[in-house]
Amino acid sequence: MNIPSNLKYSKDHEWVRVEGDMAFIGITDFAQSELGEIVIVDITTEGETLASEEVFGSIEAVKTVSDLFMPVGGEILEVNPKLEDNPELVNTDPYGEGWMVKVKLTNAVEVNDLLDAEAYKALIA
Amino acid sequence: MKTTPFTDKHIALGAKMHEFAGYNMPIEYPTGINAEHLAVCHSVGVFDVSHMGEFWVKGENALTFMQRVCSNDIAGLAIGKAQYNCFPNGKGGIVDDLIVYHYEQNKYMLVINAANIDKDWAWLNSNKIDGVVIENASDNIAQLAIQGPKATEVLQKLTSIKLTDIPYYAFTVGEFAGAKDVIISNTGYTGAGGFELYFYPQYGEIIWKAIFEAGKEFDIKPIGLGARDTLRLEMGFCLYGHEIDDTTSPIEAGLGWITKPAEGKNLIDGELYTEQRKNGTSRKLIGFEMKEKAIPRQGYEITDGKGNVIGVATSGCMSPTAKVGVGMAYVKPEFTKAGTEIAVLIRNKEVKAEVVKPPFRKL
Repeated sequence: MNIPSNLKYSKDHEWVRVEGDMAFIGITDFAQSELGEIVIVDITTEGETLASEEVFGSIEAVKTVSDLFMPVGGEILEVNPKLEDNPELVNTDPYGEGWMVKVKLTNAVEVNDLLDAEAYKALIA
Repeated sequence: MKTTPFTDKHIALGAKMHEFAGYNMPIEYPTGINAEHLAVCHSVGVFDVSHMGEFWVKGENALTFMQRVCSNDIAGLAIGKAQYNCFPNGKGGIVDDLIVYHYEQNKYMLVINAANIDKDWAWLNSNKIDGVVIENASDNIAQLAIQGPKATEVLQKLTSIKLTDIPYYAFTVGEFAGAKDVIISNTGYTGAGGFELYFYPQYGEIIWKAIFEAGKEFDIKPIGLGARDTLRLEMGFCLYGHEIDDTTSPIEAGLGWITKPAEGKNLIDGELYTEQRKNGTSRKLIGFEMKEKAIPRQGYEITDGKGNVIGVATSGCMSPTAKVGVGMAYVKPEFTKAGTEIAVLIRNKEVKAEVVKPPFRKL
């Protein structure tokens, strides 16, 4: 299971990559492998400001649907445009091409409450 | 958790395992549900369905008993034939759905849902009459379903019984891959054709190995419960716990054809079905296809597209064949005609859909 050490993780299996006061958010390799083939990524919250743990979208596999939770609070600046036609990028490259949203962090210190790679690895062990 | 004779094989193949009806079962293998689904549609796949329950009903009054508890006309079921049935629950609902095999004179095999084994056992025993013996053979019978257009060709290599001589919903008992007393049944839950094999668990190893060896040339694949569900859903087949349960009548589920009234049948809920057939029901099961990119799921509300709730979805998935969201739902009778525009309430949004008569894939 791939768990990059430069990312932060939530208990809901989202990852966060912080770049200044911005962050990219997606789901982990573990999450995509549990879900199976992703067929729809439905995110309609662009422009909204959401608090940590609020739902920012849904992800649908052939047989299941799951909510996507904000690992940290922020304004949704952008939704990955490639996921509309290629939702399988979440399966093939969950930490790269399969990113889901770019946010402007509401409160950057919230990131400190997230898990590091070691702690996340222990969570899914 | 209970296991089947094939649990270790699924784990070795890297299957995603989950508890289902108390059994540790494969949901999907590493290539995923879509590939498994298409393998069954276009070639051949093998399902471990050993979790299914099997009861024997025997004795001089077996037929009288079966006519009372089983919805279909058992008197019309010849030896060597199989028939789809449900157990009415006396309150208009369904205890379980099942396949009845007329094994020999005064002896029937009932194949029931794994999740309902205890409930069915209690129900049948509470309705039992003299001259009937009911036996739970679930732990002594393993089952594989080999389904797909190449299934017959694969299986024919392993038995001298001529498989093309076994009609749809008929079976033969004989030697298969060196295993004795195998029930070879021309049935399935996929709409893709093929057979279901019932055998003693000790033969599991040789039968599994022989089938995969024989199927190599067709790239035979093991298939998990995930694709089993998408395959049956594309056909519009009911699944207990979704389309049918203790509160749904077979008439509203579109299963009127398995509740045919027969002379002297004395079926539990038989009069109620006659009444429902005559006067209609307050809801009916439909199939529907999404008109936008979205996937319906069990429990989602169905609306008329103008904000009024008209029913509820019982199953849904992204059709691996049609690549659109498809589902089944109970709706008010006036919305059941094919082509009727409806909507599915998905995350508080009405998403357009259309009533379609299954199957959802071209056969």
